[in-house]
Amino acid sequence: MTGLLDVRRTGTVFLIALLALMLVAPWFANDYVITVLILVLYSAYVGLAWNIMMGFAGQLSLGHALYVGLGAYTSAALYVHFGIGPWLGMLAAIPVAMALGAVIGFLAFRFRVAGVYFAILTIAFAEFARIGFDHFTWVGGSAGFFLPVAQYTRNDLWNLRGSPTMFYYLILAFTIAAFLLSHLLLRSRIGYCWLAIREDEQAARAVGINTFRYKMIAVVISAGITSVAGVFFAFYYNNLFPEQVFHISRSIELILGPIIGGIGTLFGPILGAFLLTGLAEILHEILVAFGVDVPGARQVFYGLCLLVVVIALPDGVWPWLARVLRVSERRS
Amino acid sequence: VPAEIYLNVAVSGLLTGLVYGLMALGLSVIFGVVRVVNFAHGEMMTIAMYLAIVLFGAFKLDPLVMMVPIAGVLFCLGYAMQAGLINPFINRPEHSQFMLLVAIAIIMVNVLLIIFGPDARSVQTSYAFDSFMVGPLIVDATKVYAGGAAIVVAGLLFAFFRFSRIGKAIRACADNYTGALVVGLDVKRLYALTFGLGAACVGAAGAMLVLIIDVTPPLGPAYTLLAFVIVITGGLGSMPGALLGGILIGMTEALAGLLFTPSAKSMFAFAILVLVLLFRPQGIIGQRLS
Repeated sequence: MTGLLDVRRTGTVFLIALLALMLVAPWFANDYVITVLILVLYSAYVGLAWNIMMGFAGQLSLGHALYVGLGAYTSAALYVHFGIGPWLGMLAAIPVAMALGAVIGFLAFRFRVAGVYFAILTIAFAEFARIGFDHFTWVGGSAGFFLPVAQYTRNDLWNLRGSPTMFYYLILAFTIAAFLLSHLLLRSRIGYCWLAIREDEQAARAVGINTFRYKMIAVVISAGITSVAGVFFAFYYNNLFPEQVFHISRSIELILGPIIGGIGTLFGPILGAFLLTGLAEILHEILVAFGVDVPGARQVFYGLCLLVVVIALPDGVWPWLARVLRVSERRS
Repeated sequence: VPAEIYLNVAVSGLLTGLVYGLMALGLSVIFGVVRVVNFAHGEMMTIAMYLAIVLFGAFKLDPLVMMVPIAGVLFCLGYAMQAGLINPFINRPEHSQFMLLVAIAIIMVNVLLIIFGPDARSVQTSYAFDSFMVGPLIVDATKVYAGGAAIVVAGLLFAFFRFSRIGKAIRACADNYTGALVVGLDVKRLYALTFGLGAACVGAAGAMLVLIIDVTPPLGPAYTLLAFVIVITGGLGSMPGALLGGILIGMTEALAGLLFTPSAKSMFAFAILVLVLLFRPQGIIGQRLS
């Protein structure tokens, strides 16, 4: 038993060390590193959110950009048109995304749209929203929607106007919250029901699990968490274009991290985000140094990474790394 | 007179729809036999379109003639993809196959972007502005040629699956995987052939479509989606369904572009997809898959 305890302890030590490093990073990192770390954490956060639906409950969504976009546009519209701050806007954005998630989930699960068909249904809704927002002139249509950018002298956390460091701590807090929430959900009755559905839906139904209900919970929770990333996106970038926010490539990028890191694990989405963004930045530096940085090179690299991981490590990098480091996360 | 405009647009949509149908036929054949959803379908079509553009730009070779060698190149590409990458994934979970093809798709789009840059390209044939007058109708000559070619290619494919020995063997694999193994069919090779044939379809469709629309590297994902919409509407795995779905979506898009705004036309295609998925998931003609 002491062996088991040691393994647990090593994992906890790793986690605390990583957290401490992330907390003090702004003191010694320059703005460029902070910007990259924001990208990493953003990607980890949305990856964790998507992971709840696919990794835990086994429902493949390829349209998660829909919830990011809804969160972004809801909070931005409330801020621009009514002067309602992002935190209150978030309280509106989360229910909006959850409601649409519930509609999609209800339609899909009631009409038994599953597997590939379910994935394509989620794409269809995201594309529908993209074209819809292109023609929704109240929020700028295809010309884009812009938040006022004023010269800031101090960090205004209430209105989310401020320096990259403020956004860094914000997304760090969100990521920690999403991680803890995933951890709690996975250890709860809901989590065990999800895993049962993921492994064998018919068997889950046979032992009396209301599969419809638990799949709905997964979609709604995942949509809600994802929409918070949208609020962050809107106030961090200050501009929104339907072509970018809702585009299918956003939905694909969003799921690369958890898939490379390891679907259904807690650390996978975080590790995947670090690996992908980190390696892409290093590659970018190398390409610039050699003067051959062309558009598309980074994406080819993403594609090759993904190809190697799906062929060589079908469960993702984290389960493999955990075995090598002998840090076992309870297999979920 | 508006009635004639509607008719003109509907006919034009029908002809474009035939080309869409041929493209979707490739996806449908692959899914029907190999049971793998080709998420790189539109990207493969973009490759064919750029091949047509390069051949036209360098040697003034007509895309409608070059359709044959281009389909041949795409056949080889498809065969190699299935034999080298996808066959080992046949028994892996759905999301794993999906990620493999997404990776291939991402690489294809961006390699095209690196080679050709982001600008839109097209071919200007000598008959680009010709048209036929049929009673009150004015029909683009290019669309008539493209639609006609699509019918011919689809007809050849139907005949192949219906009458040739290899075609029958492929259908046997699709009907009963274990049975096909038991009677001694080389299933993996037949799968590779099928993927090659599906790729050849999309290659031929790409060579035709280059006459109708401009091509940019990011066109791929949009046409992958369009192919899905069409095959699901028609019925995944049904060959006549794919053509019928193509015609339906082509005409819907054309008429929606006329009645509303061209930029909103694919919304109607997605609306049809959602309705079909919910109320007739097996498609207009097609059997429900377990």
